[in-house]
Amino acid sequence: MSSATMKVDRREFLQSAAAGVTGLVIGFYLPNRLGARAAAAEALTFAPNAWIRIGTDDTVTLVIDKSEMGQGVSTSLSMLIAEELECDWKKIRTVFAPAAKEYANPIFGMQGTGGSTSVRGMWTPLQKAGAQAREMLITAAAERWGVDKGVCRAEDSQVIHAQIKERPNERLSYGSLAEAAGKLPVPSDVKLKDPKEFRIVGKAMKRLDSADKSCGRSEFGIDVRQPGMLHAVVARCPVFGGKVASFNADKAKAVPGVKHALQISSGVAVVADNTWSAMQGREALEIKWEEGPNAALTSAAIRKMLEEGASKPGGAVARKEGDVTAGFAGAAKKIEAVYEAPFLAHATMEPMNCTAHVRADGCDVWAPTQFQGLAQMMAAKIAGLKPEQVNIHTTYLGGGFGRRAEQDFVIEAVEISKAAGAPVQVTWSREDDMQHDFYRPASYSRFEAGLDAEGWPVAWSNRIACPSIMSRFIPGAVKDGLDESSVEGAADLPYAIPNIFVDYQLTETGIPVGFWRSVGHSQNAFFSECFLDELAAASGKDPYEFRRRLLQKAPRHLGVLELAATKAGWGEALPAGRYRGIAVLKSFESYVAEVAEVSVDKKSSGVRVHRVVCAVDCGRTVNPLTIEAQMQSAIVFGMTAALKGEITINKGRVEQGNFDEYQMLRMNEMPKVEVHIMPSDQPASGIGEPGTPPIAPAVCNAIFAATGKRIRRLPIRPEEI
Amino acid sequence: MPFEFVINGRQTRVDVPANMPLLWVIRDVLNLRGTKYGCGMALCGACTVHIDGEATRSCVTPVSEVAGKKVTTIEGLSADLSHPVQKAWIELDVPQCGYCQSGQIMSAAALLVKKPRPTDAEVDDAMSGNICRCGTYQRIREAIHRAAQMQVAPARQKTPPMKKANRQGEIAGVTPGELAPNGGTNVPARPGSAAGRARTPVAPQTTSAVSLATGVAQ
Repeated sequence: MSSATMKVDRREFLQSAAAGVTGLVIGFYLPNRLGARAAAAEALTFAPNAWIRIGTDDTVTLVIDKSEMGQGVSTSLSMLIAEELECDWKKIRTVFAPAAKEYANPIFGMQGTGGSTSVRGMWTPLQKAGAQAREMLITAAAERWGVDKGVCRAEDSQVIHAQIKERPNERLSYGSLAEAAGKLPVPSDVKLKDPKEFRIVGKAMKRLDSADKSCGRSEFGIDVRQPGMLHAVVARCPVFGGKVASFNADKAKAVPGVKHALQISSGVAVVADNTWSAMQGREALEIKWEEGPNAALTSAAIRKMLEEGASKPGGAVARKEGDVTAGFAGAAKKIEAVYEAPFLAHATMEPMNCTAHVRADGCDVWAPTQFQGLAQMMAAKIAGLKPEQVNIHTTYLGGGFGRRAEQDFVIEAVEISKAAGAPVQVTWSREDDMQHDFYRPASYSRFEAGLDAEGWPVAWSNRIACPSIMSRFIPGAVKDGLDESSVEGAADLPYAIPNIFVDYQLTETGIPVGFWRSVGHSQNAFFSECFLDELAAASGKDPYEFRRRLLQKAPRHLGVLELAATKAGWGEALPAGRYRGIAVLKSFESYVAEVAEVSVDKKSSGVRVHRVVCAVDCGRTVNPLTIEAQMQSAIVFGMTAALKGEITINKGRVEQGNFDEYQMLRMNEMPKVEVHIMPSDQPASGIGEPGTPPIAPAVCNAIFAATGKRIRRLPIRPEEI
Repeated sequence: MPFEFVINGRQTRVDVPANMPLLWVIRDVLNLRGTKYGCGMALCGACTVHIDGEATRSCVTPVSEVAGKKVTTIEGLSADLSHPVQKAWIELDVPQCGYCQSGQIMSAAALLVKKPRPTDAEVDDAMSGNICRCGTYQRIREAIHRAAQMQVAPARQKTPPMKKANRQGEIAGVTPGELAPNGGTNVPARPGSAAGRARTPVAPQTTSAVSLATGVAQ
């Protein structure tokens, strides 16, 4: 940004502040639209770039352009800025960014959070932003003192005159320099620290949001309140693809507190004074549904579609190395297996919700969204406005896991607000959330492998059939029938096998599918890492040593594998009845190995996971406390799916409604999780998702060690052990 | 129908249907939004409050059942994050997304009154009704043990009244916002708190820089 641009921005800001207009810039400081007086006070702010605001009152406000959904991103990104800004960590405030092109995710080109991209995408831009601001503050101080800026340095939100260190009052606070710094040109070329000099990045820093989250003060989407706001719930067709044929809302409107019953694109919305009245009103609706083409769909039929897909020749080739046919011809032994994974719901603790206020001249949307860019576009389209007339206010997200990359809840809120002519919050019940998700795709994976006379694999064939996420979300990303998100964790098998063939049959089932923490890796790691374990067993080799030998040319896989095995005491004696399983996978540029210690109750076949040892190589670390938390979190997420998770379909509708039917791992089932971080000077990589994929195969491989029974279909069913 | 009960130390009166769940009375009528909706069937614990000191799922408790009783929500647990459970939660960096944590903290606080030094098995018993989808269970367990250490005497466990939350005195027929601490700021904004996810204040807001920071933090 040139200084001229900055000056223009600043002038515009002052003008809009004076006019009391809510706009892009005001959105940074005044999410509550507190009026011109506060705006004028806040206007005396040094804003060298999109992420940093330093007030004349010494406040340092960092603009977080990623969604905080538990992954600790507001703390991690603040650490990256603060490292170079040299501001007082204890005085940082954070605000969530509005939707604006400056905040486009550098990895996917639109403003959004996902794919474990936040730290790896923002590392350089945020360090540079911090350094720019620091240099400008130092220049302002040097000018005020009339000295060369080379003798000045910054520390704890102050610029210090290094040559007269014995006079401690020769310091200028950032606040006292803010106005002068704001008049300086923004340096385009700034020197960034050598990582050896880091004081914050790489250190265990406490989350910035713990206090608010420990007293109920953090605002989630469901907590948004606006003057005159109404509450809505929506009756949606229980069958995917169905729609409203007709409805009668007389009884619904007779429920006290109910104001409106409106047809919208997803169903019938009941709008009331409060959430409970809206729910009661919905109960009283009489709706005839046109159930559409999926009315007879069942899980059994879907399984058959996928089985046929994985058996058909001519799938999209995801990987072809060597000649598998020749490999099988020369093999001493051939192993075959079929693996299956079910649809899964996200089940974020905060059910989907969104608040919108559509007016003739603009629209505000308060959303727990992972995708501000899309939310703004969709809201503008529905409201009949330009995208820049739509303000997106991102709240805290009560879990995301990919579900909140979708726009269905935003669309509903905007449609209802437009129709009702008032600010409206739409809230989904748990059942709505469970039964109208974009599910982790069910998948079917057919394996064949050939072993040589010594038991080493010489051929690996993997044919996968599953629905495609990208064909709906970004159709252009599907090339020649290949959706890479369907084969990630399979096509990139890291083991040294001379002949490898992986193909994919895009098989649509009528069930909407979407991004679910770790996406394709979530099922493909289970498939590949369990089947590889089968090969180790077939060749009579230790599954850890078998992997080690095949990973000799994959040093980072090998590194975490060995670290996890060593810390878990692989090969050492265990308490009676306990067994170990191991798995390793690269995803989102990070490498994770996990060793699970499991016992299987002989009477009930109940599986108990006692301990998980996790080793992660995510490149250079930002916050070890966050990495540990994310590994624990991802392991619980993956264990929940492996032990319990299954969405089934009957008559075109989801059979599970609440946490009694779609169960979660609870405190009494929590294993001891130990996380070991591999020291690394490689670029930082993802941590939100990579802990999830290895846990299902590690647990299933331990069950094999315990019982000799292979789990080839998730979730783990005690009756099949 | 009018119902009277004490919430966070204040006598209150609401005029709502008798079968309205306490959760929605707390959130939508009394405007205390720290208590969360998660399942509506007492399966997840996000809505946990104390009724006469007992951890209770407010989503399945009709308001008629609390008439004449004392209800404590997360906002009333302490005025200044001084409850040992809150201190331990912050010290051990427990929350991730944070949505379930009000319920977790209320369950943990009730546990520690009954079992000042709980065993792991007692923690499991008391906490297994609270789901955390982020999987913070390990740190929750550690934090409960830490809170038990911090707890000097069980007598200090008593929930303090929200002294300065409102100046209206005892109120009949509250309007939304009156009981929310965001108007009266009995919970100070802390340095480093994430300030931008503003609860839009329903109560009038002053506009000096200091109170702006305080206001938006809540």
